[in-house]
Amino acid sequence: MNPADAVSGIREKFGVEPVVDGATVTVALPVDQWREAGAWAKSTLGCRYFNWLSAVDWKAEGLEVVCRVENLESGLVLFLRTRLGAGATRCPSLVPVYRGADWMERECYDMFGVVFDDHPDLRRILLPQDWEGYPLRKDYAIDTPHAPYR
Amino acid sequence: MEVKPPVPQVPAPVWGDIKDLQEWEKYRQVRTDGDKTSETLASIADAIHHMPGGWIVVTTTEKIFNWARSSSIWPVTFGLACCAIEMMATFASRFDVERFGMVPWASPRHSDLMIVSGTVTIKMAPMLKRIYDQMPDPKWVVSMGSCANSGGPFRHGYHVVKGVDRVVPVDVYVPGCPPTPDSLMYGLLKLQDQVAEFQKSGRKSTPTQEG
Repeated sequence: MNPADAVSGIREKFGVEPVVDGATVTVALPVDQWREAGAWAKSTLGCRYFNWLSAVDWKAEGLEVVCRVENLESGLVLFLRTRLGAGATRCPSLVPVYRGADWMERECYDMFGVVFDDHPDLRRILLPQDWEGYPLRKDYAIDTPHAPYR
Repeated sequence: MEVKPPVPQVPAPVWGDIKDLQEWEKYRQVRTDGDKTSETLASIADAIHHMPGGWIVVTTTEKIFNWARSSSIWPVTFGLACCAIEMMATFASRFDVERFGMVPWASPRHSDLMIVSGTVTIKMAPMLKRIYDQMPDPKWVVSMGSCANSGGPFRHGYHVVKGVDRVVPVDVYVPGCPPTPDSLMYGLLKLQDQVAEFQKSGRKSTPTQEG
């Protein structure tokens, strides 16, 4: 599966125009096609390697979830990104498709507060369970003193 | 535009499930300053001190005790970050703090000194305080490196305690990122000077009050 095939397949299946840079294909999708796109990338494009998942805080425009899946045989790299919309925090989970998305999504929940629907065990992974707020959001007040140690 | 707060789906803290820790917290809250033994000793010393000529006995014994204390400070082996490498180098044969009577000891129960060597995260702070509370009195703390002194390069991060003196009382601050073994040794010698002037008050050294 080369990038050109991937681009035509994505255009056909999802009706969005991907951006190609070498072997890297970037697709911006609506949220409701998120898991479908993951399943399709795994089954059709052969992107069986789930590299990472993270999020971007675009302040007033809301959060964006980004993930990278790869086809290690053909070297195809697929960037999937979706805007959750202003103020929205819910996103479908990719764990039913990629088992490796489990901890990545927990970290994303930990740092950005993105709530992944159908995640089997969505709780904080790095910070203590009683932590307040989501520290990688732009509106997180970092220097606020909090009892007892902050 | 309305930004809604996220739905909190956080389960109860894991710490709350551990009975041992709950009991420990309860015990720590009801424990008053000073234990019985040291108060008895202090009252005996106080009585001798007020006898005619008794202060000579008290100050002399204090001097002997302080000489003993300052020449056998056992630091608990407690490495947190990259500063711990320099601390290990200080303990090792090239710099060899054992000639000052310092033996790195792998138990807080037998230790007199805690060298906080590195970044104290907010998640780590309760454990650090727990180890500190397990050490018998009298006890001292050396804050080693910028991170332990003030938070260092992580001061404006979200996860680092801005100075370990917010958690435990600190006696000597050693600057550097990380401090060289020479710096740490200098700090330890300063601590020995401080310990030699130690006044036994019968009170345990109080940790910082929890807010």
